[in-house]
Amino acid sequence: MTELVVISGKGGTGKTTVAGSLVALAKGAVAADCDVDAANLHLILRGEPLERVPYRGSEEALIDQEKCVSCGACRRVCRFDAVLVVGNRYEIDPLSCEGCGACAHVCPAGAIRMEERQSGWIYVSRTPYGILVHGELLPGEENSGKLVTQVKMRARMIAGKEGAALLIVDGSPGIGCPVIASLSGAHAALIVAEPSRAALHDLLRVAGVARHFRAKLFLVLNKADLSPKLAREVGEAAAQEGMVCLGEIPYDEGVTWAQLRGLPVVETHGPAATAIREIWEKLRKGLYGEGRGCG
Amino acid sequence: MATRPVKIAVASGKGGTGKTTVAVSLALSADGPVQFLDCDVEEPNAHIFLSPEFEERFPVEILVPKLDLDRCIRCGACAKACRYGALAVIGKRVLFHPELCHGCGLCRLVCPAGAISEVPRTIGWVERGHAGQIRFMRGLLEIGEPMATPIIRRLKRDMSPNLLTVLDAPPGTACPVIETLKGADFALLVTEPTPFGLHDLRLALRVVRELGIPAGAVINRDGIGDDSVERFLGAEGIPLLLRIPMDRRIAAAYAEGVPLVEALPKWREEFRALAERIAEAVEARG
Repeated sequence: MTELVVISGKGGTGKTTVAGSLVALAKGAVAADCDVDAANLHLILRGEPLERVPYRGSEEALIDQEKCVSCGACRRVCRFDAVLVVGNRYEIDPLSCEGCGACAHVCPAGAIRMEERQSGWIYVSRTPYGILVHGELLPGEENSGKLVTQVKMRARMIAGKEGAALLIVDGSPGIGCPVIASLSGAHAALIVAEPSRAALHDLLRVAGVARHFRAKLFLVLNKADLSPKLAREVGEAAAQEGMVCLGEIPYDEGVTWAQLRGLPVVETHGPAATAIREIWEKLRKGLYGEGRGCG
Repeated sequence: MATRPVKIAVASGKGGTGKTTVAVSLALSADGPVQFLDCDVEEPNAHIFLSPEFEERFPVEILVPKLDLDRCIRCGACAKACRYGALAVIGKRVLFHPELCHGCGLCRLVCPAGAISEVPRTIGWVERGHAGQIRFMRGLLEIGEPMATPIIRRLKRDMSPNLLTVLDAPPGTACPVIETLKGADFALLVTEPTPFGLHDLRLALRVVRELGIPAGAVINRDGIGDDSVERFLGAEGIPLLLRIPMDRRIAAAYAEGVPLVEALPKWREEFRALAERIAEAVEARG
């Protein structure tokens, strides 16, 4: 099974629009939405929920006020500023606590215990195109990388069981822990860029991360006609980075129109849909070794 | 005036809605001195628009364990204690995965043999300088490093309390966003009138409410999509403070790294008024 991750560095370049269409075109692929703090793929894949599993990714310190002797040892040892003094009480700020357990270890009164907390959900749904697994991190929770890993593990398991040839992973923006977790084990990364200086800057950073994983890198330029000059610059930079350029998608109001109707854009007719279909044909060949460089 | 020192965090949930466009325009439209913190340390972009001159750069470090293998008795206590799976003891070997380490220091505390000391490890950088009258600061996560939060925490430590402050947040709703929003007086949520925009706005609002920060919204690319974002804002009692239309001239300026208020100067007054309304809202709240 081939694992393809759609990433971008910069947010809002059209990862989910592209990933959703690839899922629709691939027929029988398993999809995993790993943008766990703002998952959107389910909004255009019309999934019927099959299963929802709580995700327990971290622990949180709890202070038993009856036992607390207000010595402040916990506050001194905490590296995350998560122990607050409220009046004359010591309290844990759950939004800052990283669940390391150092406070519980040093508390001389045994007043602190670590409690597992639910920090999200993993959903499995059936869509007209196959199975979709997606994660939902509860607001403000830690360890989104771990949730990404669990979403992917579940998707891989399902793909294995169903004999799917392709797993399409919709990644998150940035280059930090969720992106690293979504790239881990991937065979190829499809980077969706847009023609802007900001996207170019971000593309180079995320390509640096993807290279660590020795994934084959593909580029798609979305909304390319909004700045032909920058489109050229991004394409040239991508070529120098050794990416395989799959093509350009023009700015098309039909993309929003499809989104409003909860459809992958390739289920509609328009210039963006046509471009994505062509990109998919090239990607299919590219995944198995062919394909030309950018530029 | 708009230049009373409020701290405005510009956030969004969904990426690419125009956070940086709004944050940069706010800073450039201010009447007086202002400080700008680019807290999107994974993919910082504000410098592209503000072209600051950097005056200093220093590393952000976390403390990670250093093992003295002569003292180590291979008991595995450190590996058992570590919540992040950063340490493993397999037979005679002790494995440390620095990229998984959060730098909490628990391993050193639990080691019965005194075999663990701590050493700093660089995970990113803070850079400071000026862009005209704007005091500019940004964090930069080292490529391949997973943890953005300590960099944001370090970046914010040098924030002056006496300046109007604009914080450009990363996308999403997870820990780096929380770290950026903490202590802000106001969250300005930039969204777009699409189903994705609405879905992620709802998530961002949950975070902002959990933190108890007052919020207002900017709709960017107004005219695409539908009015469900606006109806949502109305139902939630979140003021819609500004609309920026879908306009190819705005997109073209953005592409080249030209700030909106420089490409289309009529927007300067809009952003000055926006800052003023935010300052009033913060003051009214007390």
